[in-house]
Amino acid sequence: MSKVEFNKETGPREVFCGLTSIVWLHRRMPDAFFLVVGSRTCAHLIQSAAGVMIFAEPRFGTAILEEKDLAGLADAHEELDRVVNDLIARRPEIKTLFLVGSCPSEVIKLDLATVAEKLNKRFLGQVRFVNYSGSGIETTFTQGEDGALKALIPLMESSNEEKLLLVGTLANNVEDRFKKIFRNLGISNIESFPPRQSTELPKIGKNTKVLLTQPYLSDTVRDLKHRGCEIISAPFPLGIEGSTKWFLAAAKAFKISELKVHEIISPLINRAKIALDSHKEILKGKRLFLLPESQLEISLARFLHNECEMDLIEVGTPYLNKDLMKEEINLLPDNTKIVEGQHIEKQLDRVRESNPDLVVCGMGLANPLEAEGISTKWSIEMVFSPIHGIDQAADLAGLFSKPLKRNQILTSKTLVTH
Amino acid sequence: MELTLWTYEGPPHVGAMRIASSMKDIHYVLHAPQGDTYADLLFTMIERRGQRPPVTYTTFQARDLGGDTAELVKKNIKEAVERFKPKTLLVGESCTAELIQDQPGALAKGMGFDMPIVNLELPAYSKKENWGASETFYQLTRTLLKEKVSSSDKINPFRWRELGRRPKVNILGPSLLGFRCRDDVIEIQRILSEQGIDTNVVAPLGASPDDIERLIDAEINICLYQEIAEASCEWLKRNFGMEYTNTIPIGIKNTIEFINEVHEKLDLPLTNKEELENKSKLPWYSKSVDSNYLTGKRVFIFGDGTHAIAAAKIAKEELGFEVVGLGTYSREMARQVRATAKELNVEALITNNYLEVEDAMKKAAPELVLGTQMERHSAKRLGIPCSVISTPMHVQDVPARYSPQMGWEGANVIFDDWVHPLMMGLEEHLIDMFKHDFEFVDGHQSHLGHSASNTKDILNSYEKKENNPKEGIIWTESGRAELTKVPFFVRGKVKTNTEKYAILRGIPEISDETLYDAKAYFS
Repeated sequence: MSKVEFNKETGPREVFCGLTSIVWLHRRMPDAFFLVVGSRTCAHLIQSAAGVMIFAEPRFGTAILEEKDLAGLADAHEELDRVVNDLIARRPEIKTLFLVGSCPSEVIKLDLATVAEKLNKRFLGQVRFVNYSGSGIETTFTQGEDGALKALIPLMESSNEEKLLLVGTLANNVEDRFKKIFRNLGISNIESFPPRQSTELPKIGKNTKVLLTQPYLSDTVRDLKHRGCEIISAPFPLGIEGSTKWFLAAAKAFKISELKVHEIISPLINRAKIALDSHKEILKGKRLFLLPESQLEISLARFLHNECEMDLIEVGTPYLNKDLMKEEINLLPDNTKIVEGQHIEKQLDRVRESNPDLVVCGMGLANPLEAEGISTKWSIEMVFSPIHGIDQAADLAGLFSKPLKRNQILTSKTLVTH
Repeated sequence: MELTLWTYEGPPHVGAMRIASSMKDIHYVLHAPQGDTYADLLFTMIERRGQRPPVTYTTFQARDLGGDTAELVKKNIKEAVERFKPKTLLVGESCTAELIQDQPGALAKGMGFDMPIVNLELPAYSKKENWGASETFYQLTRTLLKEKVSSSDKINPFRWRELGRRPKVNILGPSLLGFRCRDDVIEIQRILSEQGIDTNVVAPLGASPDDIERLIDAEINICLYQEIAEASCEWLKRNFGMEYTNTIPIGIKNTIEFINEVHEKLDLPLTNKEELENKSKLPWYSKSVDSNYLTGKRVFIFGDGTHAIAAAKIAKEELGFEVVGLGTYSREMARQVRATAKELNVEALITNNYLEVEDAMKKAAPELVLGTQMERHSAKRLGIPCSVISTPMHVQDVPARYSPQMGWEGANVIFDDWVHPLMMGLEEHLIDMFKHDFEFVDGHQSHLGHSASNTKDILNSYEKKENNPKEGIIWTESGRAELTKVPFFVRGKVKTNTEKYAILRGIPEISDETLYDAKAYFS
């Protein structure tokens, strides 16, 4: 392990809670509905984080707790039953209904597992009910996906068939690219989790080789291990380097030669490098500060330093699983400062003191930092854009070069007018 | 428990944030878990604010719950006070903290600070954003002025004369995330100044706690948005005898009435009454011949109470539209909206469910929708032109240019914003004349942004789903042909009416003649 500096910080935070991941999970599984059991705040959070992406009736909603529900728990269970009945009558096409716990439902100890169990019996063969918590007292942002996937594992049947299982939500086009490359490598049995249809859950067992596409799936990984799955240790497929090592790790697990991998991906690497060059020109030597939010920060830092030659000031992460991140941490330059957790005010003091060229942060902070003359990139875009894989390396770099380029355009005088 | 897919208003603590963020030298310590920080982006993204809202979130986690969350609250309060040095501290809790009952306001008061502390108790499970904003502004006003209550005489609104100065008023209600508040304030100040009236304080937008303490230097209060300011105005009236205005100066008639009301309350003679009619271009634009085509345009209105009521009045009395639907999500203003709806002979829609609004919109078959950002989406789906008149809003509803809703310029802005989505008079006439030419695409909407084919698809699918002929009624070839000649945006309505007529008269087959019979019958 490189000499990376680990720090922990606690205090007031500026991050999303796990409910936010519903925004991409519901798009990944169009036959699923996400019902948050929470407050008006929860409903307002999801719609605000999603922007106004409601162009039709959304497949997520909130059963808003009211004063009368808080009076007695039995009532709350009955009320939830009623809401679920209404919802299923209204949306008969729903195959899986996720009951998502929130801060208030966790605090009043609303037992969603029992509710789900009862509903499963009642709607047997029609709708499946799964529960997990996306509450902000337990989860940050992407950890919501970890919870949702973990909740689906008990529903996955066992099979000893050898397969490669890609775990973590990917953009559909990226997923297709990956599958094609793996097939070219000679791995034919490839499945994804979460699947595109909630009912088409992959079967898993001791010959399932899990390759993570996202770094924020600690609990899911643990449960997959318990089911006998083999977890392939690899960095994450962000950038050319990460993706190459990711493909190599998978190939090794399937006893495919390195030579074969290089043969298949070399042309991809070559063209990706050319595409990356124009972004590198802008990013090279620029100083980067990453605020914690998605847990993608360490992989992004590795990519932006190793392939785009940016200098890393501080790499924030809301949560650090050193075991899961060890391959990534090994690739970081010496003396990288990783900070787990947050004290937003102290961290912003460090941002200002260090005079960065670019800060990766949440939407609440971006304009205020821009107003102070600091260029920013919203971190939420990383979870909405197709950024994984060799072919997307330049697009990923583009997310960071764009604000700098724009800044350059707006501050320079290029037209000589009379 | 209430199933909510989308909500017009946020929780009440977001209302409190609107007040805190609107003001200077205030800090709000909010006992809340980390996810609640999402609310910052409403200000930094929608309003494009270059400052973070002055809010510290205590960020308690599950592991804190077994321990001492009260200590966590105190630590955050201490840090926030040291760092931000506010002149007044707001302390409150969001929905989750309300359940663990740490009473952060009481804790703060026990910490020995010199500054005034406002303890905000905003019930998250029964109230919403606007109520929270109103309550926060009221509690803040009360906290900062309560000591002056007994020592002050009732304020005589005519005292400016004895004092030998121009009358002074406060403008209360404008806040961040309110609809065009920034520009309304400028417009109203300009109007008052022209009448020889000075603005003492604008609050909460741009005000500091010191300004709140100065509120009683004015003779009367202008209650610009009832949702936010009425409770405070009422308290100032009760305790200091300060009168406040009831007229919301949106539209020409209401702006003139507002000016009259202010003059009456101040006992200031109105000297330029005739001039007022010509301050805005709206009356002439509305009278000019091109606007003939506006007559009887069917308009559907939904928004907050203040803007929905004002829009209904302008639509009916100043533009000659026909209001075919009126509603609000503001339960607090339901009574007033109902009263206006009754006058207009429509049933008021009071709901927080946007799908209900969309259904009502469909049924009313309007030619123009005036609503919130959600009605814009719904109207788009239905292929109906829309103008946004109320919060909740999107980043595009915070324009760079000066575009108030109130006063003279507000009326100009409203004329343009409501009329531009429609076809212009001469243009509509020409389209009508040439609509059977082969170059013409059905659903053509001249300069309008949305694509014609898309609109047509939506309308067709809508007609298929919703407007299957009533049982036992057949549309003949000639009837169907005539129906396609009806402008697409009223086609649904014409179809329904014709079928209704056919049933009424026991006519089994609808021909082109039946269509005209029905037309005559219903007009």
